[in-house]
Amino acid sequence: MSWIDLIGFGEQGRGAILLWATCMTLAVTAASLCVGAAFGAVIAAAKLSASRPARWLGDAYTTIFRGAPELLVIYLVYFGGSQAVTAVGKLLNYEGFLGLPSFLAGAVAVGLISGAYQAEVYRGAYQAVARGEIDAARSIGMGTLLRFRRILAPQILRFSLPGLGNVWQLSLKDSTLISVTGLAELMRTSQIAAGSTKQYFLFFVVGGALYLVLTTLSDRIFNFAERRVARSFRNSLGRR
Amino acid sequence: MGFDVAFLWSTFVKLGSAVPMTLGLFAASVSLGALFALGITYCRVSGGVLLSAFGRAYIFVFRGSPLLIQMFLIYYGLGQFPAVRHSLFWPVLRDPFSCAVLALAFCTAGYQAEIMRGGLQAVPAREIEAGRAAGMSGLLLFRRIIAPIAIRQALPAYSTEIILMVKSTALASLVTVWEVTGTAQRLISQTYRTMEVFLVATLIYLLINFIIVRLMALVEYRLSPHLRERPVTANSGGRQGEVHG
Repeated sequence: MSWIDLIGFGEQGRGAILLWATCMTLAVTAASLCVGAAFGAVIAAAKLSASRPARWLGDAYTTIFRGAPELLVIYLVYFGGSQAVTAVGKLLNYEGFLGLPSFLAGAVAVGLISGAYQAEVYRGAYQAVARGEIDAARSIGMGTLLRFRRILAPQILRFSLPGLGNVWQLSLKDSTLISVTGLAELMRTSQIAAGSTKQYFLFFVVGGALYLVLTTLSDRIFNFAERRVARSFRNSLGRR
Repeated sequence: MGFDVAFLWSTFVKLGSAVPMTLGLFAASVSLGALFALGITYCRVSGGVLLSAFGRAYIFVFRGSPLLIQMFLIYYGLGQFPAVRHSLFWPVLRDPFSCAVLALAFCTAGYQAEIMRGGLQAVPAREIEAGRAAGMSGLLLFRRIIAPIAIRQALPAYSTEIILMVKSTALASLVTVWEVTGTAQRLISQTYRTMEVFLVATLIYLLINFIIVRLMALVEYRLSPHLRERPVTANSGGRQGEVHG
C-alpha cells in the first residue's frame, strides 16, 4: 500500500480520522480559550485590585501557571480531577475508579495555563485605556458597571486581540499534551496511526503539517480581525 | 490522603536526584539551539534569496508545529528507515537523551533566531555609521558596537524563551528520558500517590525557574549600567576638580 493510500480517504486511509482529530484539536483549544478567558478576567481583576492579598493571589497564580511545565499541569488536573470524581463515586456507593472525561480535563488544564497568560494580556489592555476616558465617563455620571460595559470592556477587548492571538497559538501547541490523557485529538491520532501502520515518519510529518495549517490559518484570522478592529482606532499604533 | 511530610521530603530528595538530568537537557539544548539560531539568523539577515528563504522556512516550520510532534518525528520517525539505522548518526538517534536534546534545540532555534533578529534590528543605524566613521569594521564593529546593543535588547525576550525551555524539558519524559517528570511517573507507579509526587515535581520546576529568572535579572542588571543612577561618590556634591581634604 502506498503512502498516499495511507493518508487518503479510502477504506484503509486515515485521512478522515485525521481530519476529525484536527477538528477535535480545534474544539479542545477553543474550549480552553473560553475557560482561560474566565480565569484570566478574574485574575487580571485581582492583579489590578487595590487589595494587597488579592494582588498577591493574582501574582501567585500567574507565577505558578506560567512557571510549571504544561505536562505536569495536565497530569495534575487529570489525575486530581479523577481522584475527586472517584471520591464522589464512593460517597454514592460506586466502588472503583472513575476517570474525569479527558476532553474536560484537557480543556480545564490548558485553560488554567491560558488563563495565566490571558490575565497578563487583559491587565496590559486595561492599562492601555486612556485614563482621561474613564474620568470623562465618571464626570458625566456613569456608575462602575455602566463604565465597565460602555468604556472599558470594548476597548480592553480591542487592545487584547493581538495578545489573545499569541495565547491561542500557545494553547494550540499545549493541546498536543492533552494526548497523554487519551483524548483522540490530532497528536494522539497521529501517534495511533503511526503505531498501527509502523509508518512513524509519514504520520508525524502529516500530523505536523496539519498543525502548521492550523497555526497559519489562525494567524490569518487573527490578523484579519486585528485589521477590522483597527478601523475604530484613531491614529493609534493598532493602525496599519 | 493526609499531609505526610516524611513522604513529601523523600519524594523531594528522589526527584532532586533527577534534577541534573533536567538541567543537562536544558543546558545542552539551549546552547545547541543558540548555535543553530546564529546560523539561521545569519541566513535571515545577510543571506541571499535562497538562504533567506531557508531561514524563513525553518522558522515557519519549527515555530508553527508543536514540539512534541517534532520530538516524536526525530525519535520514532527517523528510526523507521534502515538507511538511518545503518548510518553513522544512529548512535545519536538511537539514544533518547540526544534525540530529546536535538528536538528541543531545533525547536528553540526557531524562536531564538527571531529573538536575535529582533535584537539586531534594534541596533540604531547611526551607531553603526559612527563605528564605521571611527574606523571599525567587520568583527571589531560587531564585537564593540552591534553585539552589546543587540544582546541588551534581546535579553528580556531571551529570558522568556529560556523559561519556556525549562518547562519543555518535561516532554523528554515522553521519549523515556528519566528527568524530573519521568522520575515522578516512575515513583507514582511504585507508590500510587499521584498528586503528592506531581505537586513536588511542580515545586521543583518552579524553584529552577525562580533561580533562572533571578540569574537572568542579574545579567540584565550587569549589562545595563547606563540605565542605572550614577553611584553617589564622596565628592558628588562638590564642583569638579575640587579636592576635599
